Formats: sequence, structure tokens, C-alpha cells
Amino acid sequence: MKGKIDNNRAWLLVLPVLALVMFSAVIPLMTVVNYAFNDTFGNNQFFWNGWGWFEEMLQSERLHAALGRQLLFTGIILLIEIPLGIVVALNMPKKGFWASLCLILMALPLLIPFNVVGTIWQIFSRVDIGLLGRAMAALGIDYNYTSDPLDAWVTLIIMDVWHWTSLVALLCYAGLQSIPGAYYQAARIDQSSRWNVFRYIELPKLSGVLSIAILLRFIDSFMIYTEPFVVTGGGPGNATTFLSIDLVKMAIGQFDLGPAAAFSLMYFLVILLISWVFYTVMVARDGEGEP
Amino acid sequence: MAQITLANIAHSYAPAASPSDLALKELNHTWQDGGAYALLGPSGCGKTTLLNIISGLITPSRGRVLFGDQDVTDIPTEQRNIAQVFQFPVVYDTMTVFENLAFPLRNRGGRRAEIRARVELVARMIGLDDLLHRRARGLNPDIKQKISLGRGMVRESVNAILFDEPLTVIDPHMKWELRTQLKSLHREFGHTMIYVTHDQTEALTFADKVVMLHQGQVVQIGSPEALFERPEHSFVGHFIGSPGMNFIDARVAGRSAFIAGCEIALAQDYGIPSGHTQLGIRPEYIRLTDGDGLPAEIKGIEDVGHRRIVRAGVAGFDLNVVLPGGGGGELPGARLHFPPEHIGIYQDQWRIEGQSP
Amino acid sequence: MALELQGVSRTVNGQVHIRSANLRLEPGVINVLLGPTAAGKTSLMRLMAGLDRPSAGRILVSGTDVTGAAVQERDVAMVYQEFINYPGKSVYENIASPLRLKGKAGQEVDAAVRSTAELLKLTPLLQRKPLELSGGQQQRCALARALVKQARLVLLDEPLANLDYKLREELRAEIPNIFAQSQTIFVYATSEPEEALLLGGNTATLHEGEVCQFGPTASVYRRPATIRSAEVFSDPPINLAVGDKMGPALKLEDGHSIELAPELVGLSDGRYTLGFRAHDLSLQAPDSGYLRFDCQLTGTEVTGSETFLYLAQADRSWVGRLPGVLSRPVGETIAVWVNPQHLYLFDATGRLVACGSEPA
Repeated sequence: MKGKIDNNRAWLLVLPVLALVMFSAVIPLMTVVNYAFNDTFGNNQFFWNGWGWFEEMLQSERLHAALGRQLLFTGIILLIEIPLGIVVALNMPKKGFWASLCLILMALPLLIPFNVVGTIWQIFSRVDIGLLGRAMAALGIDYNYTSDPLDAWVTLIIMDVWHWTSLVALLCYAGLQSIPGAYYQAARIDQSSRWNVFRYIELPKLSGVLSIAILLRFIDSFMIYTEPFVVTGGGPGNATTFLSIDLVKMAIGQFDLGPAAAFSLMYFLVILLISWVFYTVMVARDGEGEP
Repeated sequence: MAQITLANIAHSYAPAASPSDLALKELNHTWQDGGAYALLGPSGCGKTTLLNIISGLITPSRGRVLFGDQDVTDIPTEQRNIAQVFQFPVVYDTMTVFENLAFPLRNRGGRRAEIRARVELVARMIGLDDLLHRRARGLNPDIKQKISLGRGMVRESVNAILFDEPLTVIDPHMKWELRTQLKSLHREFGHTMIYVTHDQTEALTFADKVVMLHQGQVVQIGSPEALFERPEHSFVGHFIGSPGMNFIDARVAGRSAFIAGCEIALAQDYGIPSGHTQLGIRPEYIRLTDGDGLPAEIKGIEDVGHRRIVRAGVAGFDLNVVLPGGGGGELPGARLHFPPEHIGIYQDQWRIEGQSP
Repeated sequence: MALELQGVSRTVNGQVHIRSANLRLEPGVINVLLGPTAAGKTSLMRLMAGLDRPSAGRILVSGTDVTGAAVQERDVAMVYQEFINYPGKSVYENIASPLRLKGKAGQEVDAAVRSTAELLKLTPLLQRKPLELSGGQQQRCALARALVKQARLVLLDEPLANLDYKLREELRAEIPNIFAQSQTIFVYATSEPEEALLLGGNTATLHEGEVCQFGPTASVYRRPATIRSAEVFSDPPINLAVGDKMGPALKLEDGHSIELAPELVGLSDGRYTLGFRAHDLSLQAPDSGYLRFDCQLTGTEVTGSETFLYLAQADRSWVGRLPGVLSRPVGETIAVWVNPQHLYLFDATGRLVACGSEPA
């Protein structure tokens, strides 16, 4: 309930940002829009194609398959990372040296650049020289992510879990730290079980940070590109070709700029739509009267 | 239910403490079963430490805590069978009011019908019966604190209910209602109640016995009336009452006290006390006259509705005099008369007793 | 110079925060906003400060319309319930900060800081950091920062609410001296009637966003214009009874009838509410003119010097505040007496029609 003060000079201060956003986002986006509605054979000659590319893309089985893989991947990593993050946060030391150490160790994966994460796992999992790959072979497990689709999936999921669970855990940890001690004491006096403490105190108090964690992980994983590209390159076959990998194949590999542009616009709108739904639900829930 | 005994309890937050570091100095006290007690003192006086020792959140550095005959010093909170109401409302947001109140009973495996009956009884007594099926989230803080209060009351067999400044977040108008309900709950259920507060009105109106703490030390344990009429320590005199007791340096000899050369009659013979001697008298008992008495300079008069507070100066000391009834009107005089039966003599801050004739 | 609110309202998302407030605040006296939580005290202060914009109405300073002016242009200082100081700066630097922001320096700042510190008894603490001080001292520091600025308007939003009882008493006794002889307009929000009385000055009683009454504190207390105003300005709550007037008698809900003072017989017949404060209830009648009520005693509280009696009178809860220690068995029916001079009579719309035997 902040008050508004009118001072029109304030708009001047926004101008530089506005200019920056124009160059970095709006102009490239308009280029994409241009490609999406036109056909071109090079030489900067464009022919109006209307909704043609969109229709083609909506009916493309290749796209449906990629979308299905994408949803499956995002669903699986959310189902693993969110509960795992909560469990990790619940078991972290609350204060002192060990708490700091835990925080530093957990922040490490988050600080590694995406392509490096991909490279690490690519090498780590290789059957010929990778530690994981060799170990699996030594244990007699038939593991090869370059030829077996299931192995490729498992590798990518474990990699994502390794990379991102700390984010969920850190958010939850911060949420847990903000619960006043009186709540835990009251629960002890009420002889509440550990599960009930989680169910009725911790989970409700975490609901805010959890929605943010889910939203962030959803958006991020739905757009995942670098790591699977480095590890599997979308293979074997098309087994790990997620939406953005498919998009890049289409645009750069095949140079189908029109369909790719239509595809990327739809991709963008889908993410925007889902984020908006999320935001609306979160705000509506807060409006229920949490003081 | 049981009586609670604190035997030679002392506590320090630092490991190897000298006596001056003690957050709570040595204390022996028995809380009678079914009593209503208040722990009263300013912030940092050790009252919360004492409460935490009883609840089991803190293990005292020295001494034992007994519930009945059982030594519970090393027993954790959840096994002490106590209830506690905190400064800020602690409610389970996602549960309904009914579920909140039933929670401690359900955890102990009560029968459904019994739980329902008990919850409904408690809810009726604190005026929550219309809200039982509302979700706790979104209720205002006053009601949330009532829920916490109700959760404290709902178990019949608790050893004690501890209150940690429970009315802090409550609106003044609502405080009356909640205090009244607390009193009637105490009468109805007969639980032992221990109430921590820095607010003298809350302590004195709630408790049968008030434990007054000052710098980690219990300076007086007594009925509200005793704390008001016969403060054992000048801090009690100062802290209880609004405004607090007046203290003036005086020379005492036998049945007389002398202030600025003026003789004041005393009810008892105090001999010649050594040390720093002060005369203490409540502002309510000083009478303004134009006859015999201490000459005083009237510095101001404040009207607080039901009474007037006269600010007076005597021999370099500031004194308050309370006149019953508000409104205007002339003061009866500018001399102060101290009725002997209401005068206390304090030697190095502690009240001393004289010889009665 | 005065601050004037003319028909100021504020509505947020259809919820009324302030309903058409009219106030004229003068410098030199303290202006108290008295009301329970959520009565609109803070909302009104934010409007005065320029932090919020009124949905309707005008705000004038010395006759100049400042309704749309931003808070920076209004020359305002504020003190909050929480103790807000710069934690990294010494008390001296905290007090000096508003002056430094104004671009003042050297001797001028030093003199102003020292005199303000003296007034608030902070002189021995000037080199300490705020977190090394007690709550009372921290709030003194915040007060000093508001005062040193010599703003035209100083707003104090329940500044003593977070302090211990005794500290509150001490600081409360000092505050009126601090504010005397200043060219600043002081506004002080509180939820405690006794605090308002101790501060004196003028008081506005607030209830659900509405200013019920505004005037000199003692007269608002003694002649509440409405039932609402009387309720806001009574702690313990004011005792009420509803009755129908027919000729010289007022027949109460519980069936018993009281005789009205001759001056009030002329009032039109109809429904009235009778009210009196807790300390005006007594257990004896010194003369025959006192009114008698029979009540059931539901509880007693002893504060050492006083006793509170909780009474049930025809389904209404009453409170009596009596000097001394009284013990009476709960459940007993007792007779209580009220001096008719201390009665308020409100009409069916809640307006005061008589105060004692005087028609209002």
C-alpha cells in the first residue's frame, strides 16, 4: 500500500533503461516476428506468408514429440528437485561453522557455467575415460549414454538434479530460518510428531518460497539447452532433443528460419502464459489474508 | 497437576560465571497447584530465563526443578506436560480453528467425542465458538492469540500453563476481554498458571502471587496488595504503582524521620539505622494540607481523568501526589502530610522493620 | 501557521481508510490522534506527511494548498513505533544527519545537536552506537533526530508502544516539556486514553477511519460528543445501558426505571443510551440523589491500589474501578451507585444530549 507521488521528471531517469531494452530485446524480437510471418530465399527478399509457418509448426509431429519430451523432462526434474531440496534444507545445520560450510558447498554447482557443467558430465559419464562410465562398466552394468536412450535420460536428469537442487534447498533453507522458534516450541509442547511439524508449520511457511522455486525451475528447465547439447547433442537419435535443441537444429542446422521463428514465438508465449498463471495463483493465495 | 518446586535454581548463559554474571540469581520457590502467579520485571530482569527453566527450554546451571515429587530438571519440554502461550500468536495457519484447538489432544490420542466436547467447551469460554470452522489463516491477531490461549487451555491434565507476555500484540480494548476470560478460565479449570510480563497492571490483576524480579534477583514474592502496601525493596516501590512510590533521603532516629529539618512522625521505632536511609511513601497516601506538614513547591498538576497527579518538589527531590477525582479545582494546600501508617523506611534500598510500641 | 485538513478522504480498492476528515492543527500544543488499532491513525498521518494522496479533500499548510505536494517538499519529520536509527552511526551523527542532509555544517550543527541531546538527556551517550543503547534511549535518539530538523510538522506514530511500562511512564512525562514553545506542529498517535490525557493538548478520537470528535483533550474526555467518542476515550470500557424515556422517567432494558434530572425532562421521548465511566461507579451512595443499579458480580481484579469489579447488568458487561482492595464473592448480586452528575445521555443516533444534568 505504498503511496504514489507524481513527479514527471522521474520518467527521464527511465529513458536509458528503455533505450537499452529496445536494443537488447525489442528489436531482436521484432526481427523474429518478421521472419515468422514471411518467407525468404535470401538476398533480403521477403514474401508474406501470414500464419502459414504457425500452422505448419502446430501440426508438426516433430514439434509434438519435442514438446512431449520437454514436458516429461521438466516434470521429472521438478518431482525430484523440489522434494529433495526440501529434505536437504530440513537436514542442514541451523547455525555455526557447519551451516556456513554447507551453504558454500551447496552454492558451488550454481556458480559453474552451464557449458562447463555439460562438459564435466559429458566426460564424467563417458564409458571409455569417464569415472562414472568406467565404474558402471566395472560393476557389470551395461551403461552407455551415447547409444542407450534411457541411459541418456538418466544422465541428463542426474546432471540437472546435481546442478539445481541446491537452488531449491537454499531457498527453502532461507524460508525455514524465518520461522520463529516459538512455533517449534509450541509444537513440542503439543507433542506434535515430526511429520506434523513439517506438514503444519514448515510446509505452510515454505509455501511462498516453494512457489518461487517451482516457477524458477520450471522456466529454467523448460528452456534447457546448453547442458544436454554438450552431453548428448540431443541424441541418441532424437531421444533427448528438447524444445530448444530442436529449435536450434531447425534454425541453424537446416536454416528453416521461418518455421523456427514461428516456433520460437510460440515457445516464448507458452512460457509467458505458464509464468503468468503461476503468478496469478500465487498472488491469489497470498490475498487469502496472510498477515 | 502438581506443585512445582524450584530448589536452589541459578542460571548463567556464560559457562564459568562469577556471581555477578548470573542471569538468574539463586532462587527457592514452590508454585502451589492451581495458583495464578506472575513473574514481573523490566526487560532483562531474568523473568524469561525463569520461565524457560520451568518449561524445559533451558537447563539451569545449578539447582533442581521438581513437578510434584518428580525431578524434571533433565526432562525435555514435550515430556513435562505443560502448555505455553507465547508473545506472538502461534497458530497452525492451514488448520481450522477447531483443528488448532484439537491438535494437542489428537496428538495424545484422545477419543473423538471427548475431543469434540472439550474443544467446544473451551471455544465457548473464550468466545471462539462461531469461528470453529474458519481457517486460521487470515484471522486478525487478537483472534489468533485467542486460539493460542485456547490451545493452552484445552488439555485438562497439564502441570502448568505458562504465559510469555501474551497480551503484547493485543489492542488495549481487547486486553480487558482477554484478561477477564483468562481469569474465568482459571476459576473454571483450576490450572496452575505462570504469567510473565513487564506490565504491572497485567501482573497485579492476573495473579494471586506476584514474583518481582530485578537484575536476576527475586526481590519480593507476595500478593498484589503486599507489593503495593509494603514493597520490600525500593525497586518494587518504584516499579509497582503509577506513578511509583516516592523515596526521599531522610535521617531517622527512633520514631521520627527528619527531612530538611522538618520532623515526620513514624509508626514504629527504628532506632538509628546505618547506611543510606530513605523514607518511602505512595503518592496515593500523601495528603495536601494547609496545616502542618512538609513545605513543598508545586511544579505542576496533570489531570488523567479519574485522578490528578501533583508534581511537587521537596528538599531537592521530586515527589508525586495523587488526588482522587479528575477535573479542576483548587489544591487543598501546599504542605505535604505523610500518614505514619503508610510510611516505609528503607536502608540501602531494603525495607526495614521497626519495633512496635 | 497551521495544518488544515478539509474533507480529506482516502479509499483504497473500495475500502474506506479515512472518511471525510476535517481537522485544524496548530503549533505549540500537541495534537493527539486517539483510537484503537486500525482506526486510521497511521493512514491519517501518512496523508498529513504527503506519503499518501487523499482520494478527496484538500490539505492546507498556512492556507496554502499542498494536497499534491510530495513528502520531500513538505518539511516533515516522523518517529515510528519501531526504534529507527542509523545503526552504523553514533548517536551524535544520528542526530546530526538531518542537518547534514540540509547541507549545514560546523558550529551550527554542533550547537543544534548538543542542545537537542541535552533536552532528551542523551548528552552522556553521544558517542555510542544506537544498538548499544536501551530501548528507551534508542527512541530518545529517534525523537532527537525528528526534533533537531525543526520541521514544520512532526508526526509521532505510537512512539512509546514498544517500550517497557515504566520507561513509557518516564518518557511520557517528559514529552509535553519537549514540545512546549515550539513553532512545530506535533501530531501524536496513541491507542491509550490515559496517554492522551497525560499529553494534554488537543485530541481527535478516531473510529474506523472517521474522526469522531476533535477539541481540547480534557473537554473531549469530559464531554464526548458521541457514544463512539466516549468508547474510544475510555479504558476500561465505558458502561452503557439502553432505555426508553417517557416523561420524567427512563425505563431501562432490565425493567427498572430511573428518574431524570428536572433539566432533562424536556427532552423528547424515545430511546436513549446512558453511559458512565468505570471510576464513577461506587459501592456506597453518599447522598440520596445517587442512582442505584443491581448487578451480578462476575469477577474482580486487584491491582494493589485499586480493584476492578466486573459486573453483569441486564446482559451488558460493566466495569467498576474502585480505590483500595475489595474482596467480594463472585456470583453475588450487589448494588452499585452512580452520581447522576457523572452520567452521559446519548440519543438514538448516538449523539450526546446531556452531560450530568446539563443538556448538551
